[in-house]
Amino acid sequence: MLSNEAIVEVRHLSKSFGNNVVLRDINFAVHRGEVVCIIGASGSGKSTLLRCINLLEKPDGGEILYKGQNILEGNFNTVEYRSRMGMVFQQFNLFNNHNVLRNCTIGQTVVVKRSKEEADKIALEYLEKVGMSAFVNAKPKQLSGGQKQRVAIARALSMQPDALLFDEPTSALDPEMVGEVLLVMRDLASSGMTMVVVTHEMQFAREVADRVVFMDGGVIVEEGPPEIIFERPKMERTRTFLRRTLAS
Amino acid sequence: MNSLQFIIKVIVEYWPYLLRGVGYTMLLSISGTIVGFAIGLLVGVVRSIPMPDKKNALWWLLKIVNTLIGVYVEVFRCTPMIVQAMVIYYGIAMLTGFEVDRLLAGFIIISINTGAYMAEIVRGGIMSIDQGQFEAAHAIGMTHWQTMVHVIIPQAVRNILPATGNEFVINIKDSSVLMVITVTELFYYGKIIIALNYRAFETYLVIAAIYFILTFSITRLLRFIERRLDGPKTYDILHSGTSAEAVVEAMALEAKNVK
Repeated sequence: MLSNEAIVEVRHLSKSFGNNVVLRDINFAVHRGEVVCIIGASGSGKSTLLRCINLLEKPDGGEILYKGQNILEGNFNTVEYRSRMGMVFQQFNLFNNHNVLRNCTIGQTVVVKRSKEEADKIALEYLEKVGMSAFVNAKPKQLSGGQKQRVAIARALSMQPDALLFDEPTSALDPEMVGEVLLVMRDLASSGMTMVVVTHEMQFAREVADRVVFMDGGVIVEEGPPEIIFERPKMERTRTFLRRTLAS
Repeated sequence: MNSLQFIIKVIVEYWPYLLRGVGYTMLLSISGTIVGFAIGLLVGVVRSIPMPDKKNALWWLLKIVNTLIGVYVEVFRCTPMIVQAMVIYYGIAMLTGFEVDRLLAGFIIISINTGAYMAEIVRGGIMSIDQGQFEAAHAIGMTHWQTMVHVIIPQAVRNILPATGNEFVINIKDSSVLMVITVTELFYYGKIIIALNYRAFETYLVIAAIYFILTFSITRLLRFIERRLDGPKTYDILHSGTSAEAVVEAMALEAKNVK
């Protein structure tokens, strides 16, 4: 599945909130069909990196290359770029005023101007994939956390993006619902979807990721295949972090 | 004759006046609330446009527009409507030399006054929406305008309906101050009736009762609309085997729910 074609490449990226430096000199690439898991302690900058890739945060410096073009340059069409990058949030963020089906079609009809029939068809296809096609009429507030997150994944997939970005997708879920969301994500990964997953689920990262990125203090400390990062990490900081998280 | 008989006499004898007064009062308060609501929405959306990082033309345009909006909101919220009515009505007459139509002047005053209050209510409504809703909309590629129209405004409008109902009720009652520029609404007709029958207490009692009936039925109507907007509390689980069947089933249910 893996190819060498980079979908997004981040170069020398930096970001501060006031005098709090969150990201410093980040270099990072995501290739087509690859599943990258970003791990690290809270406050290490992993969510901010993901949000910078989708321009929900504006980086202070560096470059983000998409199809060889720097998206931080003034004249770049950021709206189109965002529609090509799917995003799944920790807090789901389903549109509360729309039902499940409309949540999955609104981006298609409003942003990429598909017809209602086509959008419905695509949305249902993906809702079926995440096991939520029976709930098309439900409003978000009527669903459980796990169901909401699966709809949110279907919403992102309905845009047929180049890559899916997951920002701690299971952190806000009750323990018994984590499994159903991870199962959907495993399915996606094995179907060849390009995914960047910020997560605290070490088991998931170990089994599903093609590459694991460990971040600490706003820098990428170490990255590599999961068997290397989890079994034989080179850096002391990685070892300390893994000891602490895996012990608990 | 006792008071009760006079009350009945006011209604029986002067009902065409009362009816016309009610008509003008409702015309002013309904149109004023609707136009004021529209002004408030527009102002609220314009104010929510994020400022660009660089000081370009758009930055300056937004700065100027936002300042003008600020002046408008504060001036109309910080002066009594009865004074605004005088200033605008006599001001236009003095500046242009024409006498403005009184009903039109009344409508303009109520609308821009309501607009100033609604602007703040809409701002609060937009602020009450979770930041995640904006982020999710931006993340699927919506522009600021699309985000507002499809995601934020519908939720904000639902949240501010009770406050809008308040404005409506206030407008029904406060349109009475427009009699200072001789707009012939309900209170104005009350004064005319008293000039004819010399029974102030009974006449005002009837006027008060009419105001109460108007506002009370309007608040009930608004609550009904709120419940309609909230939609059904339950949903139907579909049982179709394939997605094509599910679409048909979903559409049938949608059609049913609309009815």
